[in-house]
Amino acid sequence: MADTESTPSRPARHLDFSKVVKDLIVTTLIATAVFGSTIAFRTVSAAGGLGLEVRYDIAFYVIAAVVIGRLLLWIFVWSKPPGTSAVEMPVSIKSGLAKVSAKVGKGFGPTMLLFALVFPFLPFTDRYLLDLSILILTYVMLGWGLNIVVGLAGLLDLGYVAFYAIGAYSYALLAQYFGFSFWMCLPLAGILAAFWGIILGFPVLRLRGDYLAIVTLAFGEIIRIVLLNWYQFTGGPDGLSGIPRPSFFGLPFNRSEGGFADFFGLDYSSIHRIMFLYFLILALALLTNFVTNRLRRLPIGRAWEALREDEIACRSLGLNTTSVKLTAFAIGAMFAGFAGSFFATRQGFISPESFTFIESALILAIVVLGGMGSQTGVVIASIAMIGGFEIFREAEQFRMLIFGLAMVIIMIWRPRGLISTRIPSIFLKEKKKVSADMVAQGEGH
Amino acid sequence: MEYFLQQLINGITLGSIYGLIAIGYTMVYGIIGMINFAHGDIFMVSSFIALIVITALGLTISTGLGLTILALILVLVTAMVIASVYGWTTERLAYRPLRGSFRLAPLITAIGISIVLQNYIQITQGARVKPLQPIIADGYTLMTRVDANGEFAVQISNMQILIIVVTIILMTIFSLIIAKTSLGRAQRACEQDRKMASLLGINVDRTISMTFVMGAALAAVAGLMFLLYYGVIDFFIGFVAGVKAFTAAVLGGIGSLPGAMLGGLVIGLIETLWSAYFSIEYKDVAAFSMLAIVLIFLPQGLLGKPEVEKV
Repeated sequence: MADTESTPSRPARHLDFSKVVKDLIVTTLIATAVFGSTIAFRTVSAAGGLGLEVRYDIAFYVIAAVVIGRLLLWIFVWSKPPGTSAVEMPVSIKSGLAKVSAKVGKGFGPTMLLFALVFPFLPFTDRYLLDLSILILTYVMLGWGLNIVVGLAGLLDLGYVAFYAIGAYSYALLAQYFGFSFWMCLPLAGILAAFWGIILGFPVLRLRGDYLAIVTLAFGEIIRIVLLNWYQFTGGPDGLSGIPRPSFFGLPFNRSEGGFADFFGLDYSSIHRIMFLYFLILALALLTNFVTNRLRRLPIGRAWEALREDEIACRSLGLNTTSVKLTAFAIGAMFAGFAGSFFATRQGFISPESFTFIESALILAIVVLGGMGSQTGVVIASIAMIGGFEIFREAEQFRMLIFGLAMVIIMIWRPRGLISTRIPSIFLKEKKKVSADMVAQGEGH
Repeated sequence: MEYFLQQLINGITLGSIYGLIAIGYTMVYGIIGMINFAHGDIFMVSSFIALIVITALGLTISTGLGLTILALILVLVTAMVIASVYGWTTERLAYRPLRGSFRLAPLITAIGISIVLQNYIQITQGARVKPLQPIIADGYTLMTRVDANGEFAVQISNMQILIIVVTIILMTIFSLIIAKTSLGRAQRACEQDRKMASLLGINVDRTISMTFVMGAALAAVAGLMFLLYYGVIDFFIGFVAGVKAFTAAVLGGIGSLPGAMLGGLVIGLIETLWSAYFSIEYKDVAAFSMLAIVLIFLPQGLLGKPEVEKV
C-alpha cells in the first residue's frame, strides 16, 4: 500500500539505516491497522447472532508483503544518488515517448479505423471478441460524448449515465407502447436525452464546477430511483424485456423467409446480427467523433474551449455562457441518448441496474485517463479499461478491486491522462502541439 | 402533531449521522477544494470495524449498563483510530502525489479509492448484509394520544438520545479544536491561502493530513452510530450515505462546519418527513431536489460565504 510516496533526495549513495528502520516500523504499524483489522477478523453469521472468524495467517502474509515491498522500494528505488534518482527516470522516458507518439500519432487514427473496419472479418475474430469490441465501442462513443461536456466545455458531469438511461428507456418504451422501430427511435431517443439535458442544464449551469458535479450526480441518482420505483411504467427493478432487435433496413435477422440471410442468399448464422451491431455502433461512434471534430471548428466549439480556459474572459467578450454551456450539455446528452438506445437494442433487456453511478464514474475515468479533450485518448483508455476488465474475468472477486487500483495508479502515473498534449482547433500558419503544462484542463468554472 | 413530533425526533437522529459525515467532506473541501469521494467508504469501513470489535467483545443487550458504556467507548476509540489510519493512508497514497495537479485528477483517484475500499470490504467481510442484534434498548415515552384510531405514543429511544448527545459533544469538541488550538488555526490559515500559510511556516502537508484524520474519525463515530441505530450494514452503505452527506455539506455551505451540521439536519429531516407523509421510495429524490433548489437560489449554501470572483 505504501509505495507511492516520493522521498526527498538524499545526499548519500548508501541508505540511511536508522531512517529506513523507522520508516519500516511505521509502515508495519499502518499496515497492521489497515489490514489487521479487516482481514484478520471476519464477522460471520452464527447461531444466535454473529460470530468471528479469525484469519491471522492471511493478514500476516499481506502485512509482510507490504513491509517487504516497502523495503525493496527503499533498496532499489529510493537509494539511488540524486541525479540518477527515480524521479528523473520517467521524465526521460516521457520525452522519448512523446517523440515516438508524435510519429505514431499521425498514422494512429486511420490505422485504428482501418483495423476497426476489417476486424469482424479477421480469421481469429469470434463471437466473444466481437461482443467485447461492441462493448468497447459503446464506451468509446460514451467517452466521446462526455468529452464534449468535460473535455471541451470543461463542465464536470458526474451523472452522464442518466442520459444513457434516458436513451435506453426511450427506445424500450417507445417500442413497447407505440411499436416504433429502432431507426425511428434512435433520433427520438437522442432528442429526448438532449431535451432532458436542457431541462437539467438550464437551472444548474449557472453553478460553479463542483456544485455542478454534485447536482449532476444527484440528477443521475434521481433518474435511477424513478426508473426503479415507477413500476407501472418502467417495470421497476424487473426492467423491460423483449425490446425489439434492430433490422437491416427492414430485414430482420432471423431464419425466416425474407430475413437478412435469406435475402442475400447466405446461410443463416447468428453472427450476422452481432456483426451488424458491431458496424452500427462503429458508425454511431464515428458519427460522434465526426460531429465533435466539426463542432470544434465552428464558433460554438471554439466558445466551448474558450469557456474551459477562462469563463470570465468569455463573459467579458460578450459570450452568453449559459447558452454555450447548455449546447455542450445537450449535445453530450444527445450522444448518450443514441448510445443508450443502441444499448437497449443490443441487450434486448434493460433494468435500472445497468445505469448506476459506477457507470458514470467509469465513463468519466475513460475521458480523464485518456487525456481530456483528446479523442484518441478516449479510444486508448476504453480499450485499456474495458479490455483490462475482461482480462481479469477469471478473478471475478478481485476484478473491481484491481480496476479501482488501476484507476488510482494510472492517474498518479499520468495525472493529465495518457494523451496530454493538445492540438489546437484553430491556428496561425502552423499547427503546433500544445504541451501538457500549458493546457488548463477542465477547471470547471 | 404527535406524529410530526415523532418524525422530528427520527429526522434529527438521522440528520446527526449525516452531519458527522458531512464535516469530513466540508473540511477537506475547504482546505484543498476537492470532493473526497472515498469519505463515504471510510464511514462504511469504520462501521465494519465497529461491528468486528463489538462481536469480539461479545457485547449483547444483556450486558450490564456500566460494562456496555465502557465497551462502547472502547469500540468508538478503536473505530476512530483505525478509520483515521485509513483516512491518513488514502490521503498519503492517492491524493498527496496529485497535489498541485489539475483538479479532476484527485477526483478520479478518489473514485478509484472508493471502488477499492468497497470491493476490499466485500472480499474480506463478505457481500451479505451483516445484522447486529440491538445492544441498547428501551426509551422514553414523551406523550401519548388516544383517539379513534387507537393509541399513538411519541417515543425517543435511548439509542436516539445517545446519538444526539454524542453528536453534540463531538461537534463542540471539534469546533473548539478548530477555534482554539494551533492545529485549528493552521487549518483555517490553509483554508484561506495555502501558499501564504506555508510561507509563514505552517506545515501544509501535515495540516492537510490532520484534516483527513479528523474527518475520518468523525466518520467513524457516524459509522458506529449507524450500526447501532439501524443494526444492518453492508459494503455498499458508504455510497448513499456519502452522497447524502456531501449534499448536506453543500446545502449548509461548503467549508463551513456549523453549515455541515445544519445541512445534515435539513437533509435528515427532509428525508424522514418525506417518507412519513409522501412516499418512502422517493425520499432520496426529495433530498436531492432540495439540494438543486437551494443551490439555484442560494448558490453559496445556507451558511456559506458568498464567493467573490477575481480576475
